[in-house]
Amino acid sequence: MTWVWSNLDLIWDRTFDHLILSVPSIILSFIIALPFGWLAHRYRASRAVILTTVGLLYAIPSLPLFIVLPFIVGTSIRSPLNLIIALTLYGVALMVRVVADGLGSVDRDVQQSATAVGFSGWTSFWQVELPLAGPVLLAGLRVVAVSTVSLATVGAVIGAPSLGSLFTDGFQRGIQAEIIAGTLATVLLALALDAILVLIGRVLMPWTRRSAVGGASRPGAVAREVST
Amino acid sequence: MSFLTETLAWLVDPANWVGAGGIPTRLAQHLLFTLVTLLVAALIAVPIGFLIGHTGRGRGLAVALSGAFRAIPTLGLLTLVGLWVGIGLNAPYVALTVLAIPPILAGAYTGFEAIDRKIIDAARAVGMSEAQIVQKVELPLGLPLLIGGFRSATLQVVATATLAAYIADFGLGRYLFEGLRIRDYGEMLGGSILVILLAIVSEGVFALVQKLVVPRGVTAGLPTDIRDGSSRSRPVMEPTIKEGNSHVHSK
Repeated sequence: MTWVWSNLDLIWDRTFDHLILSVPSIILSFIIALPFGWLAHRYRASRAVILTTVGLLYAIPSLPLFIVLPFIVGTSIRSPLNLIIALTLYGVALMVRVVADGLGSVDRDVQQSATAVGFSGWTSFWQVELPLAGPVLLAGLRVVAVSTVSLATVGAVIGAPSLGSLFTDGFQRGIQAEIIAGTLATVLLALALDAILVLIGRVLMPWTRRSAVGGASRPGAVAREVST
Repeated sequence: MSFLTETLAWLVDPANWVGAGGIPTRLAQHLLFTLVTLLVAALIAVPIGFLIGHTGRGRGLAVALSGAFRAIPTLGLLTLVGLWVGIGLNAPYVALTVLAIPPILAGAYTGFEAIDRKIIDAARAVGMSEAQIVQKVELPLGLPLLIGGFRSATLQVVATATLAAYIADFGLGRYLFEGLRIRDYGEMLGGSILVILLAIVSEGVFALVQKLVVPRGVTAGLPTDIRDGSSRSRPVMEPTIKEGNSHVHSK
């Protein structure tokens, strides 16, 4: 505990570094995943290609990706940008499938009703399908947030500062408290971002609270509907 | 482009293919480590998962525990265990076994849970004992999801074993750290490519196995793709007879 009190500044700095890496990655992966998820949902040919690609992308271990990526996109290995790109790729890999499943969970009758009352494909997507897929998207984004925060720590071994730096520093200097503090800070940060996402979800989708028992608002129920 | 030639040069250099630090030795270490870790994790997770899946008890606890484990950064766990038990292979073994348990556990119990309760009831009705239900009904039907659990556990172990080279001198990850330290681009990129290939090959093998273990009777009744079939103009009668139909198919 004494280590924590005398190093609050350091923990705060690393938390800030960590936020710089993880928050843009989470937001970017959501934005990028939307069109690809829609493509995977809409056409059978693109579905196979896109879902296989993101599956393989997700299979790439993080440390080798951090090392290989700079030579492909031209960033420096230790720069935050390199990590943000890599973390965004993982986020997209997770989120594309979620978007496709979420859009697939929207009742076909509802889609057809939207078309019948005069929505075009574009407005129907933004005003009907996307909001109805919202709870599934939120559940997926929460997974992305937690895994991004956890993955960002790996950058520490290649010298990119984050809360993970407390692990490498603590390990090299034999300070157990530093590693434990870093682990707790990482978990707390993940929980905080998760809570913020839940809050945003409540503001944007007020109907999910009232009909919490209804089918579409429970991700589990949706997943079951999709798989049977 | 010079990086590419350096990497290729490193990968084909005969000196990198022999001896204690050679690619075959490091690859074997990586594979053996992954295998042992998965085996120990499976010995712990599979029986518990089956028990949870068969009885339906303790599910909430299992979900909460695996959720909590997912939030714990792997590097934190590795370095912490490394400090406790010292530099060497013991720390990665302990840390990675702990990391491999949640996905295998989840695969084991969700595999049992995903089975239609009516099938279990039918098995009980024709006089199967609980042990027979587990062996002859739940195990074969739940196997694809259990293999899925092994698939994500393997991915995690292969990736984290690379990271574990930070605290122990073993496996393909060694090339990455050594290359970074001495700024040898060929070595760090070559090592990275080997790890990526290993991960993708294991992913492919598991995808194949997962398809092969689905019992033949089940595939006949399963929709292969949610987008398959017409999305429009279904017959009005269909919803009322759908349930009966789908069960005829799934037998």
